[in-house]
Amino acid sequence: MITYFLCLVLFAVGLYAVLRKRNLIKIIIGIVICEYAVNLFLVLFGYRMNNRSPIYDPDQVITKMVDPLPQALVLTSIVIGLATTALVVGIAIRIYEKYGTFDITKIRKLRG
Amino acid sequence: MHILPLFPALGLGGAFLVSLLGRRSKKFCDIFTNVITCALFGLSLYSLCILKSQTSPLVYKVGGWIPPIGISLVLDGLSSFMLIIVNFVAFMITLYSVNYMEKFTAKFKFYTLFLLMLAGMNGVIVTGDIFNLFVFLEIASVASYALVAYGVEAEELEASFKYLIMSSVASLFILLGIAFLYSYASTLNMADIAVVLSEKGLNNAMLFASILFIVGFSLKAAIVPFHAWLPDAHPSAPAPISACLSGIFIKALGVYTLCRLFYNVFGANPALLNLFMGLGAVSIVVGALLALGQVDFKRLLAYSSINQIGYIILGLGLGTPLGILGALFHLFNHSVFKSLLFLNSGAVEYTVGTRNIRDMGGLREKMPVTSSTSLIASMSISGIPPFNGFFSKLIIILACIHAGHVVYSFWAILGSILTLAYFMKLQKNVFFGNLPERYNNVREVPFFMKTAMVMLAIACIVGGFMVLPKVKKYILSPAQNVLTHGLDYKNINEIGVK
Repeated sequence: MITYFLCLVLFAVGLYAVLRKRNLIKIIIGIVICEYAVNLFLVLFGYRMNNRSPIYDPDQVITKMVDPLPQALVLTSIVIGLATTALVVGIAIRIYEKYGTFDITKIRKLRG
Repeated sequence: MHILPLFPALGLGGAFLVSLLGRRSKKFCDIFTNVITCALFGLSLYSLCILKSQTSPLVYKVGGWIPPIGISLVLDGLSSFMLIIVNFVAFMITLYSVNYMEKFTAKFKFYTLFLLMLAGMNGVIVTGDIFNLFVFLEIASVASYALVAYGVEAEELEASFKYLIMSSVASLFILLGIAFLYSYASTLNMADIAVVLSEKGLNNAMLFASILFIVGFSLKAAIVPFHAWLPDAHPSAPAPISACLSGIFIKALGVYTLCRLFYNVFGANPALLNLFMGLGAVSIVVGALLALGQVDFKRLLAYSSINQIGYIILGLGLGTPLGILGALFHLFNHSVFKSLLFLNSGAVEYTVGTRNIRDMGGLREKMPVTSSTSLIASMSISGIPPFNGFFSKLIIILACIHAGHVVYSFWAILGSILTLAYFMKLQKNVFFGNLPERYNNVREVPFFMKTAMVMLAIACIVGGFMVLPKVKKYILSPAQNVLTHGLDYKNINEIGVK
């Protein structure tokens, strides 16, 4: 139970960084932390205590194993996260070139 | 050959080929992308014929794996209806881009991203697997972030960053919701989840998951109070992309997914429907009030999108057959006239070079096609009788009164009057009045842009006939039946053909 709770705390830390930080890079790090929390959660609920890894072996009869599907989902989700992070860092660099700052309170040409 | 996998595959394959070969020749990009979107539109019309010829929905097993183990693609009335909307508007937009995107460098990158986004949207619509839905949703979203920043000017980058952060948070909420759903139902197939949920019932974890889904998909659909990214992101993109984002993107990724999950998987319950109605009414009023004060052509249209999405959500929230019919009909109408209005704004920007409506005036004489099509679209969106917007709004308002929610019908009428007000302001400032001296040399836009706008305007007029009983039973009624008999979706794996 405590691991699930810590996972939630990690998610909250990420959300806090997204909502409260003023530096673009810190916001991006916040998003990444959130992502990790969700991925960790996905792996956690597929995990069963003291069970073996879900690898097929013709010599053994596997009776107890962890759920392999969430692990596959997490792999997909990590790849998606990589694409998003690469794009957002690229955009942040371009913003720095245009505005000369990473401070979101100074990046406000859009109003209304 | 099965048609279902073609919907995501054509877009993905097209994006690959355009990025590979498009560098050489611009003509190739133009022709190839238009052929693909045209083919997709043809296929979606064909899907309607297939559904008509057989009574049960179509299920395709990817890789031959039997659902719920493998991924399945599902074609029923609702997905067919959405496919027609998305691919029709996408075809018009690629036609328009042939001329409009000339002023940007690297046109082939635009087409690549556009086709990726289209593949993502089509994938979201046809998939029957909830994690697959998430993957397609992310494909479409990542392409749209890049497209919003396409001009790489300061404002565009800022809007794209804001949009990207809010939308990634939304995606994370959705993924978290999927995690909860999987841990409870032990399956990812949506029909199978519906079976498990109806057997085991809903508990608090599922309530939490549905709240996560509502937050996530409302952020994607830009429903008030989750709308903050839309008025920045939609105006900043090039006009065809604004049209695509406002016209179909928020519907395929936001409204359609909300419908699918809460009508077909969770099953509509009264508390949820009340929440939808409240969100819809707030969106109508807030969107309309904020649109009134805008002077930027595209920003006004973006706020108007929030306002019109409110009608769709309100209609869906009513949950009565009439309300759902109105919502789906308004969804079609809004995607047609809002993309037309954004294309008009692009045409004006193309010739005049500004988006501030105070600097314009009298363009009616110089640009007859743009001004008349925009007049048609404005009248449709504000609900003037012979056009399609009137009928859908009327149905939604009648459905409100019919279901006993007179207060909501009042808000809907108020929103409609405000819509008329800000579109009158728009027309007066842009197309009527006196022509400033410096615009004496303004000419009408090139051929393909005109063609796209005229065809969308025709769709605005013809669209009104969709509620006639003889036409309704072919397009609207199958989609409406999927939602009114929401929980029939769970039998789809058994009764689906092939």
